[in-house]
Amino acid sequence: MSFDKLLLALVFIPLGTALVAVMLPPARRRWAVLLGSLAWPCFLVPLSIAVAREQTLTLVFGGWSPPLGIGWRLDALALVVLWVHALVGIAALPGAWQRFKPEETESGPFWSLWLILATGVNLATLAADLFNLYVALELTTLAAVALIATDDGIAALSAAMRYLLLAVLGSLMYVLGVGLVYAQTGSLAMHQPGLVELNNVALVLMLTGLMVKAAIFPLHVWLPHAYSNAPGPVAAIMSAVVGKVALVALWRIWFETAVDPPTLLTNLLGLIGAGAIVYGALAAYLQPRLKMVIAYSSISQFGFLLLLLPLACQQAFQGAGFHLLAHGLAKAAMFLAAANIVTVLGSDSIRHLPGLDKRMPLEAFTLALAGVTLIGLPPSGGFTGKWMLLSAAWETGGWFWLVLIVLSGLMSAAYVFRILALTCFHPARRAVHHLHPKPPAITSLAALMLALLAVVIGLYPHPVLDLLGSGVLMDGGVRLQSGVPGAGP
Amino acid sequence: MIEPWLAQVLPPAVVLVSTLAAIVIFIAGEERQRLRIWVNLVAATLKLILVVWIGLSVLAGNEFLFRFELLPGLELILHADALSILFASLSAVLWLVTTVYAIAYLEHSPNRARFFGFFSLCVSATMGIAMAGNLLTLFIFYELLTLTTWPLVVHNGTPEALAAGRSYLRYTLAGGVVLLTALVWLYGLAGNAVFTPGGFLAPLAAEHATELRIIFAMLIAGFGVKAGLVPLHGWLPKAMVAPAPVSALLHAVAVVKAGAFGIIRTVEDVYGLELVAGLGMRLPLIAVACWTIIIGSLLALREHHLKRRLAYSTVSQVSYIVLGIAVGGLLATSGGMVHLVHQGLMKITLFFCAGIFGLLLGVSKIDQLDGLGRRMPWVSVAFTVAALGMIGLPPIVGFISKWYLASGALAVGMPAVLAVVITSALLNAAYFLPLVGRLWLGPPGSVAAARIEIGRLPRLALVCSALATAFLTVALGLMAAHPLSPLNWVIKIAEGYAP
Repeated sequence: MSFDKLLLALVFIPLGTALVAVMLPPARRRWAVLLGSLAWPCFLVPLSIAVAREQTLTLVFGGWSPPLGIGWRLDALALVVLWVHALVGIAALPGAWQRFKPEETESGPFWSLWLILATGVNLATLAADLFNLYVALELTTLAAVALIATDDGIAALSAAMRYLLLAVLGSLMYVLGVGLVYAQTGSLAMHQPGLVELNNVALVLMLTGLMVKAAIFPLHVWLPHAYSNAPGPVAAIMSAVVGKVALVALWRIWFETAVDPPTLLTNLLGLIGAGAIVYGALAAYLQPRLKMVIAYSSISQFGFLLLLLPLACQQAFQGAGFHLLAHGLAKAAMFLAAANIVTVLGSDSIRHLPGLDKRMPLEAFTLALAGVTLIGLPPSGGFTGKWMLLSAAWETGGWFWLVLIVLSGLMSAAYVFRILALTCFHPARRAVHHLHPKPPAITSLAALMLALLAVVIGLYPHPVLDLLGSGVLMDGGVRLQSGVPGAGP
Repeated sequence: MIEPWLAQVLPPAVVLVSTLAAIVIFIAGEERQRLRIWVNLVAATLKLILVVWIGLSVLAGNEFLFRFELLPGLELILHADALSILFASLSAVLWLVTTVYAIAYLEHSPNRARFFGFFSLCVSATMGIAMAGNLLTLFIFYELLTLTTWPLVVHNGTPEALAAGRSYLRYTLAGGVVLLTALVWLYGLAGNAVFTPGGFLAPLAAEHATELRIIFAMLIAGFGVKAGLVPLHGWLPKAMVAPAPVSALLHAVAVVKAGAFGIIRTVEDVYGLELVAGLGMRLPLIAVACWTIIIGSLLALREHHLKRRLAYSTVSQVSYIVLGIAVGGLLATSGGMVHLVHQGLMKITLFFCAGIFGLLLGVSKIDQLDGLGRRMPWVSVAFTVAALGMIGLPPIVGFISKWYLASGALAVGMPAVLAVVITSALLNAAYFLPLVGRLWLGPPGSVAAARIEIGRLPRLALVCSALATAFLTVALGLMAAHPLSPLNWVIKIAEGYAP
């Protein structure tokens, strides 16, 4: 049988449930959303088997095959993104369930928006042409803006506003680039390497637009406030997949659509990644609030994903894909744990953290485990990704990148251990605050499961690596070969 | 012969015993003290039994190997050769003794669940280092060791402890980064290679000599951070703010020895001493070791804080191991390797005693030791034995190490090394004899009253732990000729490396 039709489920289940949820009375709404959120990930299992066998699944609408018609496409990379989305989405549910009860006013729009965001993310992951991608990213952004604003308070509102303005600017640049491509080539299909040489202006416009959406330094300014003021489940899903979707789109355009991007641009993007790594880690070290630390850490970790562009070989691709997975799980775990901490302490100022390991041992443990992955200490998913990137850097003779990746571990260690030392060992640890009741244990356990998973995938990375290794970013395999000819030993 | 599945299961089992103990301790929480004590003791005993079992089995010619592919072409390998057994049995024995000591020492202090949990994890990591079958595995457990000892170093939570923890992390994580770079480089050159006596890099030497030199320097620097090679030793004296059982274990077994063990593996099983010499790296290594021995002793001489003096003494003594390996030849290699065990026994005794003085009498400075010999005769006897052993007085084990080192240096024609060993012995005497003198001959009464009162049983446990290790330093010295003594074990290892 053909598995192609199952792709429909990934988009239409969340979309349909979102529409149904709007019509239901508030008390039933979250039950419908729960069902929808658990239903679509089930389809990932057969789809994974199919991708492992056939490498790519394509669904074409109306019988017009690309480049003329529009279609969806699922390959190994998309599958990894979808799995992160599914796992984090499920783990975020208990927190959201607790926070957005039917009797609270803000829960009204939340549940439908939650699934619309899921629809947008899945659609953007599957999109096989540039315009389809644009629509999906717009949907994602708008849903995310609205979700950030569900948190009452002026800070969340202004963060959402800032995000909206910048994201719209990014969309404009992106769509301008898409227009240029269409004018030049008459096609918008993404997986057609070598069709026509892309105009550099169009390429830069599209990349910049996507970088705004992915919050790549120095276009990250919306991210820290948006992540740190959003409700915990929203911050988790945003850091784990929303930014990554734009970044994956950037990879696809770079490796699958653009034929021969100039070396200058390659190196420039690599340096931007390096800047992001360093800046994000330093800023994270200086933040006075836990959620801000986690948010800036995301900026730093996103920088790694840009290093794929200069490294450009199969190992680097596996490493970057794995890093995306590990970071998504670990970061979401941290945001969910931080959300619980805010619930109990009423604040996430790091001055209030001492003694937390006594009151909330599961949260402290989650932060520690996820921190180990972020630093990339073995054995953890972060280490696996880092090791692959390092071997790629060694093989391609990229000494600069090698030293950068190695040193970045130290910088991450600085902010992770600062938080851990404060949480568990600070002398003022017996300070008493006014405490709110603890959220139910399942919210803590969900975060812990994600953090554990981020470590465990480092012990057993084969399925993911094999998947990523077989389906190299594009079918043509023109630019991402294993090893770069003429470099390395 | 041993069942094949046992040969695969036992090496990871040795590592995981204390991990499991740690998990139980963490879950049981702070209040369930009896359960915690039982889990600690049972796990430590079980581990000792497993190590002895594997050790005797290795002696009978069995092979233990556990492989697990971590990444394509990148394996986690746990194995048991004679050198693994040497380090593993040292850790197992001293872990058992230190557990008894720590239970008594921390009788009334807070956060014991956290302490013993990380204590067990730390031993797990040490076992992993001992059983590691390739550099990657060694590196993984080496980094885990950093992670699991940091909570122990900052355990007291005072500003000094936190500062010491920061310093510890700065040094060790930076060392880890250097190691990781060297590792990526080495795997790129040589692929997935397992430890082989005599090294596996010789075929590459002609083409990549310079690269191999740089990698060697990076590996030694990376391991040297934990081994306390001067000038990478800065974290060690600061880390003395940790509770006494931690200092004892850190110095005798876990951290410092892990570094030294890494250097042994690098020199003997990755490069091979012949290649090290061929690359021109042997003399620099000897020089670094000699330099560390002398400077460490001089720094110890200057120090008036008891535990810190012991810390600098560790800096100096651990480099004996490096020196022996670098000098090479059957005698010196044996002398260096056996010091891994001998220094561990003597130093843990000294720290046990220093801990007892500190806990019961509040003694932390050297001039407070005056006349303690009469107030605490048994502890003072243990301290004296270990201190005399450090100086190299026969029949205590320290003498054997020094004798083999010195005669080994002469055997390969390096009288300068002999001079260093003798100078160091004199310096050891200069900073240890005054302590012994103050204990027994000093005017009594400079420390007024007991600081805290502890029960009879904990007190007995503390004193007996110190006496037990002190007894071992003498017993192993007297029975050095026994076929199962560390010395004979080490000679067998050294015959494999330097025929």
